[in-house]
Amino acid sequence: MKQPLLDIRNLRVGVLLGRTQRPIVNDVSFKIMPGEAYGLVGESGSGKSVTSLAVMGLMQKPLSVLDGQILFQGQNLLELKTREMRRVRGKRIAMIFQEPMTALNPLSTIGRQIAEMYVLHQGKSWNEARRLAIDALASVHVPNPDQRTKNYPHQMSGGLRQRVMIAMALACNPDLLIADEPTTALDVTVQAEVLRLIKELCTERGTAVLFISHDLGVIASVCQRVGVMYAGSLVEENETGAIFTSPRHAYTRGLLGALPRLGSRSAHGRQRLVDIDSIIADRSTLTETRYITPRSSQ
Amino acid sequence: MRFGFNFWLGAGLTTLVIVTGILAPWIAPFDPVLNADLMNSELPPDTTFWFGTDAQGRDVLSRTLYGAQISLTVGIVSQLVNSVIGVTLGMTAGYWAGWWDDLVSGLTNVMLAIPSLIFALAVLAVLGPGLPSLLIALGLTNWSWTCRIARSSTLSVKSQAYVQAAQTLGYGDIRIMFTQILPNILGPILVMATLGMGSAVLSEAALSFIGLGIQPPSPSWGSMLTDARQLIQLAPWIAIFPGLAIFLTVLGFNLLGDGLRDSLDPHMRTRKP
Amino acid sequence: MNPVVNAPILQVDNLHVRYSVTGGGLLGYGRRVLHAVNGVTFWVAKGECLSIVGESGCGKSTTALSILGLQKPSEGSILYRGQPFTGPNGPNRMQRAKAVQMVFQDPYASLNPRQTVRTSLAAPLRLHGITAASEIEARIEAMLKNVGLTPEQAKRYPYEFSGGQRQRIGIARALILEPEIVILDEPVSALDVSIRAQIINLLLDLKEKLGLSYLMISHDLSVVEHMSDRVMVMYFGQIVEEGSWRQIFETPAHPYTRRLIAAIPSADPQNSTMREFGNPLPGANSISVLDTATTLDVFSRPVDSRLIEIAPQHRVRAVLIA
Repeated sequence: MKQPLLDIRNLRVGVLLGRTQRPIVNDVSFKIMPGEAYGLVGESGSGKSVTSLAVMGLMQKPLSVLDGQILFQGQNLLELKTREMRRVRGKRIAMIFQEPMTALNPLSTIGRQIAEMYVLHQGKSWNEARRLAIDALASVHVPNPDQRTKNYPHQMSGGLRQRVMIAMALACNPDLLIADEPTTALDVTVQAEVLRLIKELCTERGTAVLFISHDLGVIASVCQRVGVMYAGSLVEENETGAIFTSPRHAYTRGLLGALPRLGSRSAHGRQRLVDIDSIIADRSTLTETRYITPRSSQ
Repeated sequence: MRFGFNFWLGAGLTTLVIVTGILAPWIAPFDPVLNADLMNSELPPDTTFWFGTDAQGRDVLSRTLYGAQISLTVGIVSQLVNSVIGVTLGMTAGYWAGWWDDLVSGLTNVMLAIPSLIFALAVLAVLGPGLPSLLIALGLTNWSWTCRIARSSTLSVKSQAYVQAAQTLGYGDIRIMFTQILPNILGPILVMATLGMGSAVLSEAALSFIGLGIQPPSPSWGSMLTDARQLIQLAPWIAIFPGLAIFLTVLGFNLLGDGLRDSLDPHMRTRKP
Repeated sequence: MNPVVNAPILQVDNLHVRYSVTGGGLLGYGRRVLHAVNGVTFWVAKGECLSIVGESGCGKSTTALSILGLQKPSEGSILYRGQPFTGPNGPNRMQRAKAVQMVFQDPYASLNPRQTVRTSLAAPLRLHGITAASEIEARIEAMLKNVGLTPEQAKRYPYEFSGGQRQRIGIARALILEPEIVILDEPVSALDVSIRAQIINLLLDLKEKLGLSYLMISHDLSVVEHMSDRVMVMYFGQIVEEGSWRQIFETPAHPYTRRLIAAIPSADPQNSTMREFGNPLPGANSISVLDTATTLDVFSRPVDSRLIEIAPQHRVRAVLIA
């Protein structure tokens, strides 16, 4: 049995409001195998983004980890000191965000920002790093990469900026890429290209992906395994296909029924979309049952 | 909306000063102008004259209490005028943009380039000294920052969808400015106004100090400081008490402004986290 | 089946909207003309939902703003019930408000944070001459019920509501003056998935109940397919394809439309077969459908293409050859 790359055990995260701790992530456990693409899907407030921040060690007050372990290649990230965590971040775990404009430094050329990754994490010289930056841009299919390295973020479109982010994230060949809603702000056709790029690069390099989104369609097109989060708990986990064909948890079923599906009107006529509140009498009971289906290879 | 320590302390101080000014005729032990007995001149603080007397034998306490009336009038009224001018110009400049915005912004830049006190001096030179002139001078020259803030706040509010919604619902421009924009830019304007009041009190003190503001024998804190200049070594109390009064008043306004800003800020954030 | 009365109540003819923008040229001082909307013609019938789809910059928002009167057209006409809706002969803001309203995209920015729900709904009524307090109360209550809110909630401020509830308030506000046409600008994009379903259902119910016509702007094709009667695809200011929802989604003719549909990530593994479209063009030898990616540019003169009808009500932008 292979050892999981990322093993989150009983993670609890809370936010301090006044004097009370309010749970945001409540006893969440899941594993990601090396090279696997795992999707975390949920609506706002489900705790999915906070989970990824916990893995990266990027949480700030008033959020704090209350309990649990985050084992990365066997090592508990929560026990690492700041300096040690910084060596992990960027080099072994990388992250891309929703808004590339705010994640990129507006005052620095993108060539320099990508080169920085090589200098900081691989100890390369600036000259070498700049050459590697051009290669990195080429690998994410940016046309005219040597000219583009001289551009500033605001001179590029949203899709291009997201590619730059991907290039930066994958520069040091991390073992895990965390992508938090990376395509939500992009146009549909650009989104399709970026998703294709993420799939291609990660398969090529064997990088595992933790893909976070509210969009089931996006998750389905990239991930092999899906975890559904609701109100801080992981309520269902299964292979992608199985989640769609045989969802077991009431919330998952509600979520799937609430989506207008392309092609269903042609096939079945216009069906009234499922109103989750009308089929689930009491939302607070949703977190009581969880359906975690183990991996088939184990 | 929760108010912090700053706000309450500031509110307390300013209320104290305002109430003192209003009640001065009843609580001042002596007449601030007429009770001038040269026999009593330059007496240090004692049981009769709690704050001592000045060169003319007038009770410093009574003059300080009455001085609150003048200083507050200048502070509050001139700032009110500033706010009205600043908000009107800034809000319309931000909303209508175009040539009007260019004109107002240009004017604001000119005003900001001229040291405000010099400008006020020029106006006073034309109008002559005295309370009404002081109000006009300060009111007409200190609106620039309010205008800037009103304009930039208006620009950010204007881009919000609810302003577009109001236009769609048939609201005219003026109505939109008053019902949609103004209530939403009031926060920073109020903060500016309280800070401006403190600054106006200081301006009055400075202008009266050089003889262009309130003229003797009217008791204003600034003119009291002028009188006290020669005697600062021999009878320091003549300067200390009005100086203290200015300090407490301006501090009160500043704390009030700070406190308002702190409590308005998080309240403005209505977005989900 | 909804009986759609086929009389157009909104008619847009050859709409052009041009902006002059600075940039390019010598030291960035060049002025160029941005042709945001480039000759758009369409109509909306009573009781139907027409969706405009396209990616950012295609001109769909500018088109909507022109209809609302918030953007002046450079050329072309807009008619409402046969009467001119723009220009000197058009109605003023107040009259326009009774005909067309809009539901905005961002529920967090579309409500005045300093007004209670009641004020947001009562003020427009008073502005339009309804002053009797009892009448105002009655209308507010009825409208709140329509959108699924209770009268007690009327005294609250926007910050006390969730995104979905705020969108309901936005819908109530749009409908309070009883307009015939409602422009929906990405009405559910900013909402959570489960809330989207509720709002979509609500919008469809209200359309039935109140006989509304919708002009919906959206980039979310699944929502468009679910809600629309007819669909219009825009690219760089022009219509590249229009037709009934069935025609657009089952037999899309324009390469751009096909690309858009193919780009939708599928939540249903069974859906992948839908994406293979055969060639639906009858008489494909006589027309050449231009792939817009290589032939249209906002700053250059448009290639002389036209909308050509390939099936009843189904038009695609193409060039006649021979």
